Amino acid sequence: MAINFDDVKNIWVYAEQRHGKLMNVALELIGEGYRLSREMPEGTKVCGVLIGAEEDVKPLEAELFAYGADEVYVLADPLLKQYTTDGYAKVLTDAIEEIKPEIVIFGATHIGRDLAPRVAARLDTGLTADCTRLDIDMNHYINFLETKTTCNTKGLTPEDPKKDLLKQTRPAFGGNLMATIVTPRTRPTMSTVRPGVMKKREKDTSLKGEAINVKVNLTAADIHTQVVDVVKAAKEIVSLTDADIICSGGRGLGGPEGFNLIKEFADKVGGVVGSSRAAVDAGWIDHSHQVGQTGTTVKPKIYFACGISGAIQHLAGMQTSDCIVAINKDPDAPIFEVADYGIVGDLYKVIPQIIAEWDNAEDLLAERSK
Amino acid sequence: MAYKIIVCAKQVPNTNEIKTNPETGTLIRDGVESILNHDDANALEEALKVKDAYPGTTITVITMGPPQAVEMLQECLAMGADDAVLLSDRALGGSDTWATSNAITAGIKKLGDFDFIFAGRQAIDGDTAQVGPQIAEKLGIPQVTYVQDFQIDGNEITVQRALEDGYELIKVKTPCLLTAIKELNTPRYMYIKGIYHAVKHDIKVWGAADIGVDLETVGLKASPTNVFKSFTPKPKGAGQKVAGDTEKDLAINLICSLKEKNII
Repeated sequence: MAINFDDVKNIWVYAEQRHGKLMNVALELIGEGYRLSREMPEGTKVCGVLIGAEEDVKPLEAELFAYGADEVYVLADPLLKQYTTDGYAKVLTDAIEEIKPEIVIFGATHIGRDLAPRVAARLDTGLTADCTRLDIDMNHYINFLETKTTCNTKGLTPEDPKKDLLKQTRPAFGGNLMATIVTPRTRPTMSTVRPGVMKKREKDTSLKGEAINVKVNLTAADIHTQVVDVVKAAKEIVSLTDADIICSGGRGLGGPEGFNLIKEFADKVGGVVGSSRAAVDAGWIDHSHQVGQTGTTVKPKIYFACGISGAIQHLAGMQTSDCIVAINKDPDAPIFEVADYGIVGDLYKVIPQIIAEWDNAEDLLAERSK
Repeated sequence: MAYKIIVCAKQVPNTNEIKTNPETGTLIRDGVESILNHDDANALEEALKVKDAYPGTTITVITMGPPQAVEMLQECLAMGADDAVLLSDRALGGSDTWATSNAITAGIKKLGDFDFIFAGRQAIDGDTAQVGPQIAEKLGIPQVTYVQDFQIDGNEITVQRALEDGYELIKVKTPCLLTAIKELNTPRYMYIKGIYHAVKHDIKVWGAADIGVDLETVGLKASPTNVFKSFTPKPKGAGQKVAGDTEKDLAINLICSLKEKNII
């Protein structure tokens, strides 16, 4: 059932929680929603939408306000304790039809990518997957195209007929191409957004609000799957998307034991271990460490690429990092084309020196400035 | 017990081989091979394993695409699928995920009863992961995505659904739709008898009229999402090479630069 265009307002963020803990991407999207809402007609709000069992979601309300949510909607029911496609899709679709947001955004997690298409299909509206950039303001968007892309912006003006639409930019064809998608005729506009690409706002605990409880109409008969168990992987959990610093190793390590050095490096700099696909395919390290188009997309403050040549699929997953440091023997490796700092050298000799000197940064700089 | 399984598949360009023209921001498709989408090969393999275990099981592969997608369906038949259907019509061209799922749903309804549908999680050209769940929604059946382990017993299916940090163990009854990831299995190769079957088999090609789909719900014009612009990212541009004669100098110069710019 399509929603009337004239009735819609506000941006909803699906504030994904698992077992009473908010996913980082939920706060990133509150931050992005806040930014976008201020570019929309005055009074547009960013609203966090919590779904779950009451005891899990109630304690999270304050966190959403503190990170910038203007409103928080709570859809609580004991049947929502565990994520199920049927249960969550039903209560979220009902709430969207009742309250009529203009835009609904989800984190592109395994759960967000399961829920959003089901909801969009029920609402007969458009959904854009895995966005890495969202724009309302046309000037910002044109500036982005001109500075960051090869797009010909001739004829594109701030008064373009599409100026009020949400412009949803995403990679396609393995990162070889980018496309901006719009949803011109149906509402809400829906998108999933890659974790790690949007910025959280500073936490401000003075921001408070009263959450709005939405009546939930759900029975056990609505839910057709049964979650028997949730198993945490026995393997080390790698939270690449949350890491400020990532030390990644690739084929240039020469073997699985190279990751011992990468681990030591990561421990020293307070980072986590990442890898290229080549190292995963060679069986040197688990897939959960993989950065890139088929792995995780990351945007840390510093990305150390050690012995990684820089295949386009890898670059697609890390090139928006704030700072990229590449260490590689081959001076012609493509990774140097995106690196802010490049070291041509043997990583087995360079990295131990970085480890040895890391804690002396202040003294070294003072020494040099003399 | 024998099952009726439908597998949804897509023919995709091998994106590892694709290059773009940075001047025009368009794809250079010349000479790029078309392949059976990876996750869909895992979906077909799992269906074939069920067929191995339960003789009499039938597998029908359905796809939507241009006429040459028949080649991919022949590959599926040569791997062991029993039947294959191509939905191909100009009226379906330019469909987004919503419109695509309308067309495939209509095709599946025409095929009749089934026990379960297996699709790949996502296609490597679009990476959306939307068509599978949207078909399930339109058929009114439950879905489980990101399936990494699959067991079937009568009408009850037990799967592991991969999460970022583990998995959920989920039970679901037929009919339902599942989407496969590469951890599920290793797809088999084509085999001689299968290839013989593929060559002799008449692949059905259905147009919009054959599946009775409402033309207001398919194709470019009906699609709720439109491409506004497409382009390639500008290369970020190389930064500086760190200077230094020894590894120690290189390390110190790097650390000083990072500290100076307040990066650390």
